[in-house]
Amino acid sequence: MLRYSIAVLLALILIGTGFCQETGEASTPDTLQPEYLKPAPPPYIQVKDNPSDGGGKILVTWDLSPDDGAGKNNVTGYEIFRAIEGDTVFISVGFSTSGVNQYVDSGADDHISYVFKVVATDGNDGSASIISQPVHSYQQWINVNLKYLFLIGALICGSVIYFIYHAKRGKKLFIRKIAGLEAIDEAVGRATEMGRPVLFIPGIRDMDDVQTIAGITILGRVARTIAEYDIKINMPVSKSIVMTTAREMIKGAYASVGRADEYSDDMVYYTTDEQFGYVAAVDGIMVRDRPATCFYMGSFFAESLIFAETGNSIGAIQIAGTAMPAQLPFFVAACDYTLIGEELFAASAYLSGEPKQLGSLKGQDVGKLIAMVAIILGVFAATMYSITGFGFFESMHEFIRSLFTLN
Amino acid sequence: MKRQIPLIITAIVGTVLVVSVFIPHDPFGRLGEDFSVFFDIIAVFAFILGGGNLIRVHGDRIYKKAKDWPFSIITIAGFLVTLIAGAFKIGNPDGIQGDVAAPGSLFTLIYDNIFTPLQATMFSILAFFVASASYRAFRAKNKEATILLVTAFIILLGRTPVGHYVTFWLPSSLDFFHIPVLANWIMAIPNLAGQRAIMIGISLGVISMSLRMILGIERGYMGSDEGGK
Repeated sequence: MLRYSIAVLLALILIGTGFCQETGEASTPDTLQPEYLKPAPPPYIQVKDNPSDGGGKILVTWDLSPDDGAGKNNVTGYEIFRAIEGDTVFISVGFSTSGVNQYVDSGADDHISYVFKVVATDGNDGSASIISQPVHSYQQWINVNLKYLFLIGALICGSVIYFIYHAKRGKKLFIRKIAGLEAIDEAVGRATEMGRPVLFIPGIRDMDDVQTIAGITILGRVARTIAEYDIKINMPVSKSIVMTTAREMIKGAYASVGRADEYSDDMVYYTTDEQFGYVAAVDGIMVRDRPATCFYMGSFFAESLIFAETGNSIGAIQIAGTAMPAQLPFFVAACDYTLIGEELFAASAYLSGEPKQLGSLKGQDVGKLIAMVAIILGVFAATMYSITGFGFFESMHEFIRSLFTLN
Repeated sequence: MKRQIPLIITAIVGTVLVVSVFIPHDPFGRLGEDFSVFFDIIAVFAFILGGGNLIRVHGDRIYKKAKDWPFSIITIAGFLVTLIAGAFKIGNPDGIQGDVAAPGSLFTLIYDNIFTPLQATMFSILAFFVASASYRAFRAKNKEATILLVTAFIILLGRTPVGHYVTFWLPSSLDFFHIPVLANWIMAIPNLAGQRAIMIGISLGVISMSLRMILGIERGYMGSDEGGK
């Protein structure tokens, strides 16, 4: 009897499991939902050529579905479809999340008419908007989004050019002393006295970085002093183009002091492009050769402190210069002199002493004046708005912000 | 002529790159992108130059048995083994047609098991150097260094749970002096203002230097007799 009871029980369990499975399958949602469950379509769609660009882009905007954040509240996003005008086959060109009502289609061909539709979707099913008016993309001549940048840039460039030609006419200009550059002779002289080499590191970026160019320009001045004092320069680099440029620079410096025959290509050599491989190579050279003076001029990242601390540990006098704000504190902490940001770019003009180049530094001051005036007016307007609540101050503040905001 | 042509090229490329920002229409927009591609192409060829130089310098040191020459053997061996493993895709499951970094290939094996740990080792040294550099920077030698020390101390405390426990008892009217709040204020207001000032200076410096190069006033980067008094 017990056996029969168990058998019946098992049979019932099996039947029940099978029933549940069937029920489960039956309850799987269909991919197509009834109309009343679908999100409502975007009620309005507008298309136009994306403004201020080089063509190939169409801006699609639409009104949010009534079920986006309201109604059935089941919109998960919008899928954007495109077809060539007259064609009935639409292809999906992109997706935007719920709450967003615009999309830039970057895959259009210029001068071909397209139509678009936007499907509001709940992730499973969706409803399409009406088909848009035809539109085509084309190139614009002027990027009007950058009009303020152009005006401010033109003002700064104009002032730099003005002061360059002003200086060319013989007007004497005052340029403050830059301690790090004044110390170059002292640093190279120390290496001469100690009979040890000078190490020059031009950063880890290539010649397309303006910081590397600035560093290489300073190298010219350093190399000339080294050639005069007849000591050894050691320059491991991480970029081949930098190696070639630096060799030319040092060769020129040796030739300019009449010691062209003492120049050797071995002064500058390639190590590796890899950041920490380069760090290992340079640190090894520092520890083995113990240079008396280390220059770090260019673009640096995490390796800045490793270089500077290793240099410090071997007792070298160190002069650094970079425009990487995050690395400046490390150099300031570990080096004897640091060229901070703009001083690195000013170095070549400063060292050359040419009036034309010094004039360009004076032109920079006009840019600083513009920045200072804008900051003071902006702070004044924002403060006054928070105190008085006058709309005028808010507009003034927003206008000043817009001058320095790219959109 | 040797100097005139590079100057003309610099002036044209520099001007076109500036103009292409404001005029997206062809030919300016396209030229702006093309010039960047030109540099990448040149840089690819420069790899050969770099590799050749590496072999020459270290080969010379081995030949002359210069100081520490055994290191040069390791350098050349590492370079050649990695180059051959990558170029011939040794051990690549998909053969020579496969991805150079395919799992199971010798190149990936070298990269994952030798190169990456070595790189991480070098990076980890930074932690010790930060400590030694901070020690020197934060010594209260003068008024400025003392301010730096106090500020750094607040930031260090504010970024750890200790900062919260030290001042959590302060009434809400003195919330500003709660160390995590104070640390955030230092980072968001005085620190950010200082960083922005440096950024403005850098931007102006870049504009000025670029103009000097475009106008042909700055010639030091071409490797010549300029660049010094």
